[in-house]
Amino acid sequence: MKPSAFKYVKPDSIRSVLEIISTNENVKILAGGQSLMPMINMRFVLPDVVLDLSQIPGMNEIKFSGESIKIGAMTRQREIIESKLLIKNCPLFVEATSLIGHRQTRNWGTIGGSLCHLDPSAELPVVARALDAVIHIESIRGKRKLAVADLPLFYMTPAIEPDELVTEIEFTPWSAGHGWGFFEFSRRVGDFAIVSAAALIELERSKTVCRASLVLGGVGSGPVRCKEAEEILLNYSEPDLIEKVCDSLRNIEVGGDSQASTKYRRHLIGVMTKRALRTAFERAQQPVIS
Amino acid sequence: MTDTEQISTISRVSLEVNGVSREVEVEHRLTLADCLRHKLNLTGTHIGCEHGACGSCTVLVDKRARRSCLTLAVQVEGASILTVEGLAEPNGDLHPLQTAFHNNHGLQCGFCTPGLLMTLMEFLSENQDPTEDEVREAISGNLCRCTGYQSIVGSAIQAASILRQSR
Repeated sequence: MKPSAFKYVKPDSIRSVLEIISTNENVKILAGGQSLMPMINMRFVLPDVVLDLSQIPGMNEIKFSGESIKIGAMTRQREIIESKLLIKNCPLFVEATSLIGHRQTRNWGTIGGSLCHLDPSAELPVVARALDAVIHIESIRGKRKLAVADLPLFYMTPAIEPDELVTEIEFTPWSAGHGWGFFEFSRRVGDFAIVSAAALIELERSKTVCRASLVLGGVGSGPVRCKEAEEILLNYSEPDLIEKVCDSLRNIEVGGDSQASTKYRRHLIGVMTKRALRTAFERAQQPVIS
Repeated sequence: MTDTEQISTISRVSLEVNGVSREVEVEHRLTLADCLRHKLNLTGTHIGCEHGACGSCTVLVDKRARRSCLTLAVQVEGASILTVEGLAEPNGDLHPLQTAFHNNHGLQCGFCTPGLLMTLMEFLSENQDPTEDEVREAISGNLCRCTGYQSIVGSAIQAASILRQSR
């Protein structure tokens, strides 16, 4: 046995979760446990209370209102991959999620857990950023919404208070016929990506770009939105467009670590971006099948 | 239940393991892997890394492959667990997947085998006729330090074929 001693509680409503996290210190919220449990086993995390969300009804639903899609925080990665609703309306989500870890971890890992853990290499924060998603947060003090853009404070630290709970994430899907691409490089299947790139493209009359989103993962402490590159995508329609976009990414601040040097990461940014954009363009040019 | 001070750090947990109802008293911090091995004496589930990297401790929880070292025993209250001990028939006849591992030299030292078998149990129930690449992707979360992947993949392909014929 490796974890330090703690109390385990499994509330059956959001209300009782909020009461527990507002009145107790050092509570750790257990969602899928695929990142928290290793940290608890290694005693990087020494909680007094572990609060399991798995008993709360309705926290793993994926709903489409006609305008926006809402995904419950406890939705497992496997449920995202198998969601017909997401396959049809937001295939980027499905494509990226299928690259997370392994089947044993995707069976249990959740979207809420992944966003709150905020690993710089994680796929879901990158996708959520590309879609301009909003996170719904509740506490005993009330409800609020937080843009994923404002989620990272710094390395693996989300802008969420200890008495707050992430309940769902919401985003507006892109129009039918948009193109998407998600590529990442890792040294073995299922490892954390060294660099990842997510691209969304909408074309006008199959030619000019009328909307674009490009986000990189594994580059900074959180997902990096490439605004300059998106501007270039919107303003040019030349054949060497993707080259121009990749040139613009040379200015992005890139960190190096024991996994990969700054130079190597820069190289991977170019390669992953090219693959993601090319794929997104190809898919955007295909006729829409309804 | 707002005052967690009153809650003990020991609980009784009822679960079904390999078709048998069991009840155990566990500390909250006890992992399912340790519970299976030390409380229920089911030492077929192996513990390699204890942080979700090696896959040796994989078991099925309500038919879904799960790393038992990343699961607390208290979390599986009321769940149905299948471990490697539950694969063979009561009379000792091996499960077709085990037979295929035997036939194809799918195990060398055998340490990773229980985890691989349980991962493949789930995978082969979802994909009856997998390609080699699909098998390799499915077992990417299971490490074999003998690096005998070639024969493990061969075992899985043969097991799929045996299972298809028996359907």
